[in-house]
Amino acid sequence: MSMQRIDAYATPTKSNRSERQRAWTRIILALLLLAGIVVWALLINADNLKVNLEGRNTAPSLAHLFGTDWLGRDMFARTLKGLTLSLAVGMLAALSSTGIALFFSLLSSWNKWLDDMVTWVTDLFLSIPHIVTLILLSVAVGGGFKGVVVGLALTHWPRFTRLLRAEVLQVKEAEYVGVSRQLGRSRLWIARHHFLPHLFPHLLVGFLLLLPHAILHEAAITFLGFGFSTDTPAIGVILSESMSYLSTGLWWLAFFPGLALVIMVSIFELLGRSIRRLAETSSG
Amino acid sequence: MHYKQVMLFITGKAVKLATLLIAVSILSFFLISYSPIDPVQLYIGADMTRVSPEQRENIAEYWGLHESKPQQFINWGKAVLHGDFGTSLLYRSPVADVIAERFLASLALMVVAWLLSGVVGFLLGIIAGMRQGTWADHVIKGFCFTLASTPAFWLALLFLMTFSVWLGWFPVGLGTPAGVLAEDVTWVERLRHLVLPALTLSIAGVANVALHTREKLIEVLASEYIRFAKAKGEHGFVLVWRHGLRNISIPAVSLHFASFGELFGGAVLAEQVFSYPGLGQAIVQAGLGGDVPLLLGIVLFSAVFVFVGNVMADLLYQLIDPRMRRSGVQ
Amino acid sequence: MNLISSTRNTPLLEVKNFSLTFHSDRKDRQEPLTQVIRQFDITIREGEIMAVVGASGSGKSLLADAILGILPENATCKGMLHYKGEPLTEKRRKHLCGDQIMLIPQSLNALDPLMKTGKQVQTVMKGKGKKDGQRAVFRKVGLPDHVSNQYPFELSGGMARRVLIATAMVSNAHFIIADEATPGIDPHALGEMVTFIKHLAMEGKGVMFITHDIETALQVADKVAVFYAGETVEIANVEDFSGTGETLRHPYTKALWNSLPQNGFVPLEGHQPLADEKGKGCAFQPRCQRATDICLQKQPESRIVKAGMVRCFHA
Repeated sequence: MSMQRIDAYATPTKSNRSERQRAWTRIILALLLLAGIVVWALLINADNLKVNLEGRNTAPSLAHLFGTDWLGRDMFARTLKGLTLSLAVGMLAALSSTGIALFFSLLSSWNKWLDDMVTWVTDLFLSIPHIVTLILLSVAVGGGFKGVVVGLALTHWPRFTRLLRAEVLQVKEAEYVGVSRQLGRSRLWIARHHFLPHLFPHLLVGFLLLLPHAILHEAAITFLGFGFSTDTPAIGVILSESMSYLSTGLWWLAFFPGLALVIMVSIFELLGRSIRRLAETSSG
Repeated sequence: MHYKQVMLFITGKAVKLATLLIAVSILSFFLISYSPIDPVQLYIGADMTRVSPEQRENIAEYWGLHESKPQQFINWGKAVLHGDFGTSLLYRSPVADVIAERFLASLALMVVAWLLSGVVGFLLGIIAGMRQGTWADHVIKGFCFTLASTPAFWLALLFLMTFSVWLGWFPVGLGTPAGVLAEDVTWVERLRHLVLPALTLSIAGVANVALHTREKLIEVLASEYIRFAKAKGEHGFVLVWRHGLRNISIPAVSLHFASFGELFGGAVLAEQVFSYPGLGQAIVQAGLGGDVPLLLGIVLFSAVFVFVGNVMADLLYQLIDPRMRRSGVQ
Repeated sequence: MNLISSTRNTPLLEVKNFSLTFHSDRKDRQEPLTQVIRQFDITIREGEIMAVVGASGSGKSLLADAILGILPENATCKGMLHYKGEPLTEKRRKHLCGDQIMLIPQSLNALDPLMKTGKQVQTVMKGKGKKDGQRAVFRKVGLPDHVSNQYPFELSGGMARRVLIATAMVSNAHFIIADEATPGIDPHALGEMVTFIKHLAMEGKGVMFITHDIETALQVADKVAVFYAGETVEIANVEDFSGTGETLRHPYTKALWNSLPQNGFVPLEGHQPLADEKGKGCAFQPRCQRATDICLQKQPESRIVKAGMVRCFHA
């Protein structure tokens, strides 16, 4: 509102160009880092994940950057594997939640009744704490890998749906949509040619911003014991196991894997925010 | 507010809560009832070999597992309406009692954390907003964004390692010390067990409030009325106190009330790490142990909890914001 | 009222060769500076109403901010800015603004939405009897007593505008800036505003009336400063605006005058240059019919022509 006063004449303090340049730098850096994690994890020698009772409980060293656990497994290798697992599950969850959000938002553009239904279901899902919904779904599906994926995939759409719905309703009011409707275009045609192109940047940004949430929730629900079985090197499992060894002073079992997760999630956060900024500066 | 408006407000909210609870119960009941987990199996547990097939049948019969799903739901729903949530399989006592006891413990934790994160977050947000673009702003923003990427349970583990294991200031695990009856636990002892989970939960909640307050303050500081106030010679702290705080505190407090869901979720994780005997720990045990009555009870309870937060957020606007207060309830 | 004879002759506000520049807030980078106001001259005396007319986007609102010292941090001012004969320093502003210098904003959003109007007006008052003083002024501008206890959202647009005027009246301001930067105020409200402002000038206060609308300016002001692309191109007396504008000095002022419906409705082609589009010559030259080579080469200096100021080679 207040920006009206600083009108066209007083150009913004930072020029759009340098803003965009900085966003691009951040995006490329983030993508490189993420690619690094994945490639490194793929290159990990399977031997490192094996039990090696002779090198148990060693503190971090050059040979084992993150130390080893009570079975002598290299924690660095386990952490990297865990990160890629989290990433894969997170991607799957964010992708399907984006799909659900898109479906619901298009549905709500159909008519008033469907719109009300979508709003109601969204509110319903938001009325229970997220973690409770995850537990509920995990129990319903029977826990394990399936439980986590189904739970994460089916619970990350409500806030995103609200956002997309608002966008769709706004486009629906736009003049060119009215023109298309008068020309006798079908709803599907309008959805494909008007809504989707408009929604695409929102979908991308929304997907990227969902990712860190999904990854964190995966770690949390696994940590609580609902997710992966204990032999999977998921970050949640690693951290949950580390709890039995904390009192004996094996701090590295919890410290490094958690830190690695924080770093990866932060990178995604940064990526999402930078792309959002890019989308904002290019459209406005 | 007029008497009539108050009644309208209450009735509206009551209807909303009722429909919400019905929907939540239907949804969760059917989700659970199609679960592949066999409740009888879980109930019997390790005694499996000593229980004959006839006994299993009897248990299933007793729980009404042979009836149709809708019939089971109606039976359960009827009981719930009479205040009977069934018996917890894990705790072998009425679900309502378990929830009440556990919730009191969680409440202490959540109230402390909620207040602390609210106050600290608000202050951080104001500092960052007033000093937008300076190093203080960058530090606070960076801190909040990192915090948002940090799993609460890892934070809890860090605290546990630092303060309990390394420094030895606080006990490791267990809400009640081993070998001591729950009734004999002193207040001091309880408080000692509360500190770390509450700290974890508070820090986890700070980021949201701080970032929101910052955004809002920046928006307010760029407003026409702040420009006019500055033109009238007001500046610095007086300016923010007179015009800033009024305009940012209502949305900030309201947002904080509306975040009861995240608070509950954080409590689940913090309680798990610190073995704090609260509702969060109970729902995890109920979920893992297939304690269906307890699980359903806590799901419903958590929905009420979140609802209360949202109503408080709403009410705050109605009572404090003159634009709502004087123009009537919507 | 201040009747010391020496202050009679010193102008209230004297601005000379004033410029306002925005720079990137990252000092380590060489980003292009944006000059929003340049070569700005104006002098306002007690009891005088000076209108500053410029199209929206000409930077005229920033002028008010510059005088009041409420510019964003990435703005720098150069040139002379005197109040009552002395430089308006940051230190002087601290006790002058809100006391001797007051702003009457036009945006109704200038009232704090969560503070009662009476209280907002009282913030500029000093000493005892604030409440009585405020109510008295409210009555003067035609606001009933109960308005003091109302919040801005409960007021009509006209009432809110009166509250803003009352704010200027309760202060013992000698110099008032009325900022009418936003178009779209209805004629009745505008007429009322004009009356109040004239009233303030009759009490001996100096008024700078910032507007986008030349007609309003002519209704209220004694002198009109025409603002184009961040510069004062002409300062004319109200009487100069007559006929086909032959007594006017600058081609832009003439064009403005002749674009009014009653004066032939002649539109002016082209658009005002953006801050980074300005060349080294006269800012108006691309749209000027009388432009010659010299207008392309040099910026015209300000000159006095027929008891008015103008910045044009051909005047």
